[in-house]
Amino acid sequence: MTSITRRLFVAVLALLMPGLADAQDNTIVVASTTSTEDSGLFRHILPLFRAKTGIEVKVVAQGTGQALDTARRGDADVVFVHAKSAEEAFLAQGFGVKRYPVMYNDFVLVGPKKDPAGVAGTKDIVAALKALHDKQISFVSRGDRSGTHLAELALWKAAGIDPAANTGAWYKSIGQGMGAALNTAVALDAYVLSDRGTWLAFGNKSDLDIAVQGDKRLFNQYGVMLVNPQKHPHVKAAAGQQFIDWLVSPEGQRAIADYRINGSQLFYPNAQDPSA
Amino acid sequence: MAENASALQLLLTGDPALLAIVRLSLAVSLSAVACAALLGIPLGALLALTRFPGRGAVIVTVNAMMGLPPVMVGLALYLALSRSGPLGSWGLLFTPLAMVAAQTVLVLPIIAALTRQTIEDLWLEYRDELAAMNVGVMGRIGTLVWDARFSLVTAVLAGFGRAAAEVGAVIIVGGNIDGFTRVMTTAIALETSKGSLPLAVGLGVILLAIIIIINTVAWTVRRAGERMSG
Repeated sequence: MTSITRRLFVAVLALLMPGLADAQDNTIVVASTTSTEDSGLFRHILPLFRAKTGIEVKVVAQGTGQALDTARRGDADVVFVHAKSAEEAFLAQGFGVKRYPVMYNDFVLVGPKKDPAGVAGTKDIVAALKALHDKQISFVSRGDRSGTHLAELALWKAAGIDPAANTGAWYKSIGQGMGAALNTAVALDAYVLSDRGTWLAFGNKSDLDIAVQGDKRLFNQYGVMLVNPQKHPHVKAAAGQQFIDWLVSPEGQRAIADYRINGSQLFYPNAQDPSA
Repeated sequence: MAENASALQLLLTGDPALLAIVRLSLAVSLSAVACAALLGIPLGALLALTRFPGRGAVIVTVNAMMGLPPVMVGLALYLALSRSGPLGSWGLLFTPLAMVAAQTVLVLPIIAALTRQTIEDLWLEYRDELAAMNVGVMGRIGTLVWDARFSLVTAVLAGFGRAAAEVGAVIIVGGNIDGFTRVMTTAIALETSKGSLPLAVGLGVILLAIIIIINTVAWTVRRAGERMSG
């Protein structure tokens, strides 16, 4: 090696090392959903938590099903998702310690402004889905076992329609995150079920707007759980529990309620509701 | 990164989040290329200069591995590094080191295959002279790699291009964690999914500019080196 290249090599290494050798202490990994990350909620609340406790939270944003799998494998300390039945199954399998309800928002049916299904402004989500099916109007599904996907499947079931029978026709299952599903709906002039937070924060709304909202069945509850240290001994139980305790404390709940985009509140804290 | 800002604005104002992403991208990809070059160049040269049964199959395999799907490498490494996997106790999943490992696996076959071809061509050219020098395989490798060093820069750059451009592996083993494992390509994927398409495009342009700058530097160094060594 010439002295120039050697010096260059040393300089590059010196530049790289601090980036690679990051302290592992006092950090926890939270497996969470694309809706909490893409909506910007974590960017708002995590600095507040860090300022109070010094604990750094690393968020891996996945669909609810994938986030629970990540936690099951022991690759996260805390899991923060939105599909109560899947969360209860996770607890029953012994992977979680306890489930705490944290907050809710709701799902909305988003569709083209010209409303080919004729459902805009209605409140009955099941009737709206039936209309999509009867008129064979394009619908984009997450198709990724996320909380939103599970909620969507439950609604199709309530409508007595088997979407799998229509895959490839008007029902388009893309297997991707909420943002990608919204981008696809924009491109296809299709309807799509979205959580309100991601929809409000979404920057490429184009010709889409909310068509159906306000149905009780569109309720979307988020819960948080510590991964069971008895299953995975390396779980940072103390720091993880501290994060959970903060989320459900009055301070954490206020931080969640304070997060707004253009004046609209995205998530409503309800840690005090034991049935949530 | 700040909402509602263009990528150019973020760059010009020295947005710390953007600079951290750029820095990590370079750190991960350059480290991976360095590791892959340290392993791949000797490996490629050895493959060029030795003869053994099944050599053809090894060469075909190395060449084929140039087309390894990044998402497959990411998944394999994810399963290995996961806490439930064989290397789980290392605690490397969702860290920059895991990203370096994934990109090293992707880049290694490219550098090894291109080195093998370069050295083999050079060997055919200088075969008689080297045979007359009566040096062993290791000596030949040293001589030929040194002679081919400027051509091998292109192999290393091809490897860097692969590392800097891929998203499939680093998003799986890195987890795209804000401020820790988020790199240019995963940030572009994230901004696209947030519908912030102009910001995503802007980040893409910055990534491309960085790749062009690195190639320019390499080309300049190579030119200067060639001139010095006559």
